[in-house]
Amino acid sequence: MIEQTALQIGQKIKQKEITVMEAVEASLMQLRKSEPKLHAYVTENDKIAERALKIQEGITMGRYDSPLAGVPVAVKDNICTKDLRTTCSSRMLADFMPVYDAQAVENLKRAGAVIIGKTNMDEFAMGSTTETSSYGVTKNPWDETRVPGGSSGGSAAAVAAGSAAYALGSDTGGSIRQPSSFCGVVGIKPTYGTVSRYGLIAYGSSLDQIGPIAKDVADCAAVLEVIASYDQKDSTSVKRDDMRFTDGLSEDVRGMKIGVPIEYLEEGLQEEVRESVVKAASMLEQAGAVVEYFELEMTEYVIPAYYVIASAEASSNLARFDGVKYGYRAGNYEGLHGMYKKSRSEGFGAEVKRRIMLGSFVLSTGYYDAYYLKALKTKKLIKKSFNDAFEHYDLILGPTAPSTAPRLGESLECPLQMYLGDIYTAATNLAGLPAISVPCGVDKYNLPIGVQFTGDCFQEKKIIRGAYAFEKMRGAWELPFMKKEVC
Amino acid sequence: MTKQYESVIGLEVHVELATRTKIFCGCSTEFGGAPNTHTCPVCTGMPGSLPVLNKKVVEYALKAGLALNCGINQYSRFDRKNYFYPDNPQNYQISQLYLPICHDGWIEIETAAGQKTVGIHEIHMEEDAGKLIHDEWQDCSLVDYNRSGVPLIEIVSEPDMRSAEEVTAYLDKLRLTMQYLGVSDCKLQEGSMRADVNLSVREAGIKTLGTRTEMKNLNSFKAIARAIEAEKARQIELLEGGKPVIQETRRWDDNKEYSYAMRSKEDAKDYRYFPDPDLVPLEIGDPWIERVKSEQPELRTEKMRRYQQVYQLSEYDASIITGSKKLADLFEVTADICKMPKKAANWIIGETLKCLKEHNMEPEELILSPQHLARLIQIVDKGKVNQNIAKDVFRSMFKADIDPDDYIKEHGLGMVEDPELLTNAVAEVMGEYEKAVAQYREGKTKVIGFLIGQVMKKMQGKADPGQVGEVLKSALEN
Repeated sequence: MIEQTALQIGQKIKQKEITVMEAVEASLMQLRKSEPKLHAYVTENDKIAERALKIQEGITMGRYDSPLAGVPVAVKDNICTKDLRTTCSSRMLADFMPVYDAQAVENLKRAGAVIIGKTNMDEFAMGSTTETSSYGVTKNPWDETRVPGGSSGGSAAAVAAGSAAYALGSDTGGSIRQPSSFCGVVGIKPTYGTVSRYGLIAYGSSLDQIGPIAKDVADCAAVLEVIASYDQKDSTSVKRDDMRFTDGLSEDVRGMKIGVPIEYLEEGLQEEVRESVVKAASMLEQAGAVVEYFELEMTEYVIPAYYVIASAEASSNLARFDGVKYGYRAGNYEGLHGMYKKSRSEGFGAEVKRRIMLGSFVLSTGYYDAYYLKALKTKKLIKKSFNDAFEHYDLILGPTAPSTAPRLGESLECPLQMYLGDIYTAATNLAGLPAISVPCGVDKYNLPIGVQFTGDCFQEKKIIRGAYAFEKMRGAWELPFMKKEVC
Repeated sequence: MTKQYESVIGLEVHVELATRTKIFCGCSTEFGGAPNTHTCPVCTGMPGSLPVLNKKVVEYALKAGLALNCGINQYSRFDRKNYFYPDNPQNYQISQLYLPICHDGWIEIETAAGQKTVGIHEIHMEEDAGKLIHDEWQDCSLVDYNRSGVPLIEIVSEPDMRSAEEVTAYLDKLRLTMQYLGVSDCKLQEGSMRADVNLSVREAGIKTLGTRTEMKNLNSFKAIARAIEAEKARQIELLEGGKPVIQETRRWDDNKEYSYAMRSKEDAKDYRYFPDPDLVPLEIGDPWIERVKSEQPELRTEKMRRYQQVYQLSEYDASIITGSKKLADLFEVTADICKMPKKAANWIIGETLKCLKEHNMEPEELILSPQHLARLIQIVDKGKVNQNIAKDVFRSMFKADIDPDDYIKEHGLGMVEDPELLTNAVAEVMGEYEKAVAQYREGKTKVIGFLIGQVMKKMQGKADPGQVGEVLKSALEN
């Protein structure tokens, strides 16, 4: 059963072919099998049986009409879940028990979702490999010597390993799409403001979005439809009346204009990734889309602008973790400032500290104009560059990441190199755009490659349509756990 | 001291807005309440919580800005002021640095020297912090977030004031304006109005500004006046001694009448202000401003003028009554009910203020209702009780806002209306004090006062002295 998509499992539950408990048990059995090897979860939901029974009862009574009712979901550990530990994979929040559900989680629960557990991530979503977690690394289900990507690496690995039918991730600079690409699954980063950020523990507030990770495009569209909502508790939430994302599930791309930025295929890109993406573009062309290669200005400024803005916001967002109200407090300290310093020094990991320092620096008197303000101006120009592109194209197509999943331990040796890996994904966060990553092939090590479709603001249906059509052309996609064991 | 010095003073006044809920969440702003009971994930800075701006706060800030003749930034923004302190759950305060809601206004103040205009540099909106309680017994600190997120406006003046008197007049004008607008109760004691004083001195006639200090912890008008005098003297002494004034923040200790340095500019904090990404920029359209303008209540100057014209009050009476919004409200409703504005004014300026003073109370603490005061005025007017008894009744009304009719009835204070009782009393008194009667009839008419007193005593005060006099007179002269 775990080979099936979330929608298929939901359908079976609805038609009473299987019970919610059976679906949950299948997931848990897979989790028992894969977890010792992968470590995709930080916390398992110990009240899952109770919840499964309750949802089953609700389904029997006809209380749920969502196609996802009763389907097991994994939630990234920076999304607050009431009475279920939420750590952000940080020592700082080792014992943090939220008193409320994030709005996205509330939406899931209302649809009858069953949370199987909280997934591992880079500490406070800072990282691209899930190696900065305080609770150990997560391994890539395709190759356990490799990272699953990050920061939503646990969510992507859980879906790729079949222990969750689908998962929630969060994406600030590529944190849903890049691990989806590395793990051979599908992930969507929606238009900024589409999914409420209420209850998402902030990293870069102006860039953060929650989104789905699943086995295929249809699942992602269905999940996004459930979690997206206008929320008065989030001032940046947008009122939209075009949120029937599953309407975008069409195989017809005839006449669709697709632009491929030349800058996205230049040096620094793994050859097999380039080939795979170019092949995807020509497949779409053959299906009737109009494909053009074009220059996307400002691409070289994406990484510096992104790291300045995200770090600046993070330095302020993470100030609340001080040992006073909740979270980690150092054992021995002298005075108030001693408590702050020791608690934060011991509670945060190296990458988090690096970004807090970077962010504090760019906001300091004397540097604000030169760095932060300049980054904001750059952000505007990047947005304009995309606006110009969307005058001509319905979609922008390119690789999700410059390479397939690196080996464990390689990336943290040189953080700057790791930062450059966000080149194709971070721009969409800066511009607030929706984007989706879909598997499009494997490299010589049999590691998955992802192709990314980016749309203009609020054009989720277009990226879903392009991705869905491509997925059908590409054909069946087998995750490692689905393969028959070879004798 | 041979040189003449003048002080240059600018004020930063924090005014707590009287909205029902906090600035970024739905929690109550009510004063008091058990610690951490008026809180939620937002105002306690729980991870993942987000602020949502209370529109009423914007409305109140607009009202204040328009009343202080400010320009309105129709595109305004909130910024984060980053600093670590446990009373601030997020370790940043949401405030406005770059684009405050109001700018460049002015108000007129009045001192013994005449009228003067004080410029308003800006008004910005921000959130209040929680309260730290240091428990020395247990050697720990506790924090109460009930005040965290209570809305404030900070009114920053230009350095236009030159004396404690001007500062007091400015603060008084601000306080009254805010009270009339209904945007704040402005109680210094409860902290709903707080002032920081920026002061520098310079030799008279010199145009450039001296180095200023900022004084905090000023919680009464008197403390502010004392602190200004002391700081002026301190700075002059430094300059006279050839020492420089250091730019620093000083904390005023009103008991010791001395200020001491809190932190100097050298180790001044870098607040790393930046636009709060959780809040969208605030756009204030013309219709909103026009509506607020059209709904602005009558302020003190206009009210004073109207009281003189419509109610025929003297300038002095009108000025005293409008000196407090509470008194003005009491007066106006009372006068409209009883239709005797002059008498209403007399009761307020006379008995009401007297009682307030005796009880050491502010007009805002009055519980006396205009309905009952108007009724008392009518009762006296109809001659049902005399003025002295009315004053006793008033004292009870002042304490508990009792119904004067009930009170008079319960205590049997009503005038005796049976004329026979009065005639009998007069006859009795004339019988008892034959000597006095004789004196009167011999022409020493002054003695009638004594006789009236005796009749009143017999009537237990429940007679009108005027009427008693007349009955006595006719009895004596027959």
